[in-house]
Amino acid sequence: MSDMAAKPNLSPGVQTQGGIGSAAVPATEHGDHLHHDDHEHHDQHWLWKYVFSQDHKVIAKQFLITGMFWAILGGTLSSLFRLQLGWPEGSMEWLTPFLGKWIQAGKLNPEFYLALVTMHGTIMVFFVLTAGLSGTFSNFLIPLQVGARDMASGFMNMLSYWFFFLSSVIMFSSLFIETGPAAAGWTIYPPLSALPQSIPGSGAGMTLWLVSMVFFIVSQLLGGVNYVTTVINLRTRGMSMSKLPLTIWAFFLTAILGILSFPVLFSAALLLVFDRSFGTSFFLSDIYIAGQALSNQGGSPVLFQHLFWFLGHPEVYIVIMPAMGMVSEILATNARKPIFGYRAMIGSLIGISLLSFVVWAHHMFVTGMNPFLGSVFMFLTLIIAVPSGVKVFNWLATLWRGNIRFTAAMLFGIGFVSLFISGGLTGIILGNATLDIQMHNTYFVVAHFHLVMGSSAFFGLFAGVYHWFPKMFGRMMDEKLGYIHFWLTFIGVYLVFMPMHYVGIAGFPRRYYAWTGFDAFSQFADMNRFISIAAIVAFLGQFIFIFNFFYSIFRGRRATENPWNSTTLEWTTPVLPGHGNWPGEIPTVYRWPYDYSKPGSEVDFIPQNVPYSQTHSSNLPYEQDMAD
Amino acid sequence: MNPSEILAEKEVGLGWHPKRVLLILLIFSIVMMFAAFTSGYIVRRDEGNWREFDLPVSLLINSIIIALSSGSMQWAFFSARKNEIGRIKTGLAITLILGLAFLAGQYHSFGDLVAGNTYFGGADANPSGSFVYVLMGVHAFHLITGLIFVAVVLRRALNYQVHSRAMLSISNATLYWHFLGGLWLYLYLFLLLNH
Repeated sequence: MSDMAAKPNLSPGVQTQGGIGSAAVPATEHGDHLHHDDHEHHDQHWLWKYVFSQDHKVIAKQFLITGMFWAILGGTLSSLFRLQLGWPEGSMEWLTPFLGKWIQAGKLNPEFYLALVTMHGTIMVFFVLTAGLSGTFSNFLIPLQVGARDMASGFMNMLSYWFFFLSSVIMFSSLFIETGPAAAGWTIYPPLSALPQSIPGSGAGMTLWLVSMVFFIVSQLLGGVNYVTTVINLRTRGMSMSKLPLTIWAFFLTAILGILSFPVLFSAALLLVFDRSFGTSFFLSDIYIAGQALSNQGGSPVLFQHLFWFLGHPEVYIVIMPAMGMVSEILATNARKPIFGYRAMIGSLIGISLLSFVVWAHHMFVTGMNPFLGSVFMFLTLIIAVPSGVKVFNWLATLWRGNIRFTAAMLFGIGFVSLFISGGLTGIILGNATLDIQMHNTYFVVAHFHLVMGSSAFFGLFAGVYHWFPKMFGRMMDEKLGYIHFWLTFIGVYLVFMPMHYVGIAGFPRRYYAWTGFDAFSQFADMNRFISIAAIVAFLGQFIFIFNFFYSIFRGRRATENPWNSTTLEWTTPVLPGHGNWPGEIPTVYRWPYDYSKPGSEVDFIPQNVPYSQTHSSNLPYEQDMAD
Repeated sequence: MNPSEILAEKEVGLGWHPKRVLLILLIFSIVMMFAAFTSGYIVRRDEGNWREFDLPVSLLINSIIIALSSGSMQWAFFSARKNEIGRIKTGLAITLILGLAFLAGQYHSFGDLVAGNTYFGGADANPSGSFVYVLMGVHAFHLITGLIFVAVVLRRALNYQVHSRAMLSISNATLYWHFLGGLWLYLYLFLLLNH
């Protein structure tokens, strides 16, 4: 026992997946080692089985639970600044036990308000909706749905989680330092972020932010290359690219976006580190601070924005595309209908992925860019409405006259479509340079992106957890609590962000700590208080989910192998698949993943691994040819 | 190794070993990083306030060294294919030495830059110079990872684990090494044309 613990890599299967140079050991083990699993893994120390695991399913759960921790924290931070916005004159004395010196004379410290907003954005975008969402489900579903024993490199996959963990620890610790965490916004624009003397949050907090993000990017790259390689190389027999579930297509393209865009953020962060700590002037020029002229000459802060948004825009698709993929799968399964327009769905994902790289400057219309350039980016931005519209149309057409089962996952899937439409429509408004310049610094922008990428991606995440929970933990989540969670969240989100659109159009500016000094804005006091109450109630509602999640892991109803009568390969595994996923041979795939309610078939779903020779009654003519 | 062995129960992908695909994807991410640096360089240069200076001649020598190391690496690769074990070791060792020489040369070029009053940071620095240091430094960092990779393959070659039926590690190392060499030549050419 202790022997094995000291040298966990002795098991042949694990070793072959090691570092780059281990090619001499036959890589056929990839397929074969699983047959030995049963006796190997009895000997494994718990530390290697549950903590430093190379099993993609364990890594997925690690990402999920870390992501949930971050989501609670990110939500708590937003509740704090919503308190400030809703009750700007109110006393926050009662928060002193938690926030200590950040409450001064009963008021929230303004610098800390900026830090709260910054950390809320950073945590939600990167740690929850990138790592928590695609980290969880890409890891969990890619090997299971393509029919692989594990990821292409289990070792790199494990490193991916632990780099994320390290990055999390650093970011978390920055919340507790003397000068507070980073406060220059999640977009960390220089010169504010580059000059430690500008605001307290640009001191040690910003340094920790940058260090944390460097580890985060490494984690994303290690994960991303693994996802892509697994999809390209380890699909089971018969699983051609045109038979992949849409989840896998979404994860695949998301990972490609990450591989191509995160290195650019890395470049930007590196140059910013040099500007901050090594006296270079990439982003700094002609700056007077506190009456002193800085020596930095020749830098360009707009260059940073270009580099940042070259990542930043693909990043919003990195956040939303996994949710799109999962929702496609969940809608088809629970409407008991094939997804409408399978190929159009793939095409629109590819279209969105390509376009996502050529629209970044629509975040920068107010930087004084050349109007001609602005109109080019505007044109490209508005084109994204086309593939997005295709997807929405196909989701609605999938639901149309379906035999819908309103499971909790399905409700969240439908909620996703609703939020994506509501938030996407305002994207068309903001994509227009002229309108954006008017509304850029108002809450309209905040409301837009919280609906279209924030809340919808969360809905995709919830849908995914409710749907794949039985495969993750072998038990079912409670449906009733799921319904309560859904309705609270769904109504809550609309009650928060619909009024926010209104105050935005009416001119209420974002990024303001105190707005009571302006007569023009005092009329929005009631509306702000309403938004704050809705936001805090919706946030508290999430604890129903947290309770349901952890309770169900231990006490939930036991799941069957395929509780949703679904067609994809993960449901052909045992209730709780071991390391290696299938006890015997990996199933061969014969058909696409959406054979629901096929005319002529006795059952309303035909799994992907059922050959056409067994389904004569429902085969289409060309399928019948393949059966013979 | 025969890719068809591993992929026996798999759908045919690109016909490449998974580790080769991983490497190629990582190379793409490095390409994107340098694309960001060099496009940032161009955008920044066009905004003016850009100090011109001459690149040190030593960079040319370094470029020749790295090009030669690509040759020795390719020679080791061909030797592996022909099972000439001795030549594999020699080729890899020469590559290692040339790689270290390149790093030393780059370090020397830093000195030349400073001697020419081109600084990385500080009051006298201009982004034009800082960019050169960043490009050289980040490239050198990746070259160190390449050297580690070549050293690992050399160790395997010493253990007779690199031969015509175990080509994966050396072919991946060769690909990575050529990429790093090509990347430097691109950067050098880029700086020559745009400094």
